[in-house]
Amino acid sequence: MSEEARRHALAHALLKRATLWQQAETRARRFSRGRSDDPAEAARVADDYRLLAHDLARARALVPQSRAREYLESVYAGVHATLNHGDWRLGAALRQLFRGHIPASVAWLKPYLVWATLLFVLAAVAGYALVDRFPELIALFASPDLIASVESGKLWTEGLLNIVPSSVLSVQILANNIAVSLFAYCSGFLFGLGTLYILGLNGLMLGAVFAFVARHGLAGALASFIVAHGCVELSVMCLSAAAGGAVGEALVRPGSRGRAAAFRVAALRSGPALLACALLLVGAGLIEGFVSPQPRIPVSVKVAIGVGYWLFMVALLSGRLWGRRPAP
Amino acid sequence: MSEVAPQLSVDSATGIDVTLPIAGAGVRSYAFVVDWHIRVVLALAWYAAAGLLYNYAHGAGFSLAPPDAYDARWFGAVLVPSLALYFLYHPVLELLMRGSTPGKRLAGVRVVARDGSAPGVGALLVRNVFRLIDSLPLAYGLGLVLAALTREHVRCGDLAAGTLLIYETASAGFALTPASTAGSLDVATAELVAELLSRWPRLTVPARTALARALLARCGRSAQELAPLDDAALRGALVAVTRPAAAGA
Repeated sequence: MSEEARRHALAHALLKRATLWQQAETRARRFSRGRSDDPAEAARVADDYRLLAHDLARARALVPQSRAREYLESVYAGVHATLNHGDWRLGAALRQLFRGHIPASVAWLKPYLVWATLLFVLAAVAGYALVDRFPELIALFASPDLIASVESGKLWTEGLLNIVPSSVLSVQILANNIAVSLFAYCSGFLFGLGTLYILGLNGLMLGAVFAFVARHGLAGALASFIVAHGCVELSVMCLSAAAGGAVGEALVRPGSRGRAAAFRVAALRSGPALLACALLLVGAGLIEGFVSPQPRIPVSVKVAIGVGYWLFMVALLSGRLWGRRPAP
Repeated sequence: MSEVAPQLSVDSATGIDVTLPIAGAGVRSYAFVVDWHIRVVLALAWYAAAGLLYNYAHGAGFSLAPPDAYDARWFGAVLVPSLALYFLYHPVLELLMRGSTPGKRLAGVRVVARDGSAPGVGALLVRNVFRLIDSLPLAYGLGLVLAALTREHVRCGDLAAGTLLIYETASAGFALTPASTAGSLDVATAELVAELLSRWPRLTVPARTALARALLARCGRSAQELAPLDDAALRGALVAVTRPAAAGA
């Protein structure tokens, strides 16, 4: 028998097993969807895996450019995934994210968080000093309406609820804050420079506005406005920047890994913290819309809400909310 | 497809690698465009339906105009759901559909992690957050350039999340035919004949007769033999070569 005839015969013999492949595919699909918990069926899926591996190796050699080989690749990949990756349930994945991944992500970000907070505080102090010394520079950081309002002796937040309902205000604020937070993270992709810019600018603005309102005797009023939502909002800003900083550092100093691998590891390790940031900003936005501008709520209550929400944030980020001890 | 597309190879316990063909920039764009149209239509449909109902209920007739002053009900019932449909379409559907979306399903692709498994929640969220970067400067310019230039056709979000877009080979495309398992036809030719026969009613007469003549020539039929055959006769000749007895003759 010639070599060609031998290969031809082997190929056709292989294809006669296609019914077995189709049965294996059906069995694996049923198993991966949790429709079978029969141990005998599980053992058959494992047998199918070996059979498919054997046939695929032959198909790659005998009929590399055929639909049969492509089909076999697909079935083999499916059975491999069924046996090695298990079932994927959204509920369990979300639980694992909140109980495990978010606390681990925040623990990993601790050094970056320290640096981000330090930079933010320094930028705020610089902004304060700048506007305190040169008040006209407030025009760089605040809108003409805000400046006019403060110069007339009123905070721009007074009477805000007469114009915009709390619910609308909340959604506008939380959407804006989430967008800033996500941008602070993503712009770490620009070797950390984008994150530094967003963090520094926000710190400068906060310090500058505080200096400006302090010159007009309104610092206390502004502090009582921001205390309820600001504790969490500013902490989340620093956390997002820390995540962006981690991504930026991975690109600047990838270490022994390649740059792409370091970027992937940093983004994946810091990513879960971002989800927590976004959720916490939803709560902060609601507080800023419904509590902060409300003149009837006493400052002591606003302080209690601010501190309470901040403690909730710490519990969520450290895993204590789920009874876990924070990572060292 | 598998000969030109880059592949993701995953080690397996059997020693035979699992190979998954990676989707290129073209099919990614196709999936995105389909998804974009779906989410735009959904968002506009919601805006139109809720806006009309809102204005009708408030005595403004059938109009889509937003209220003059801030109105929490219009904001909450009309604007916010429309924007949520548009902006949360990808992350929510990718989470619910294990790395797929209607557009990706239509294009025959899905998102996987680098070990071939369905990506985790964290990876899918990171992948979607980085759309902010991929969409710069406009119309997903950076994402498209990265997908076209990188070896594994990944955009920034995929680089960050460690994900890839792979082709989902449809098992429905593979049908066991008598000619595949018996006879003298080589496997690739037998598969082509089977595919042509399955698509025969959907092809135009000139196209299917030209393809049939080319395939029958590949099966060893001479040009003189094929010349007098019309559309029906050509189909009959194709069916004949798929029969084990005829093929083995």
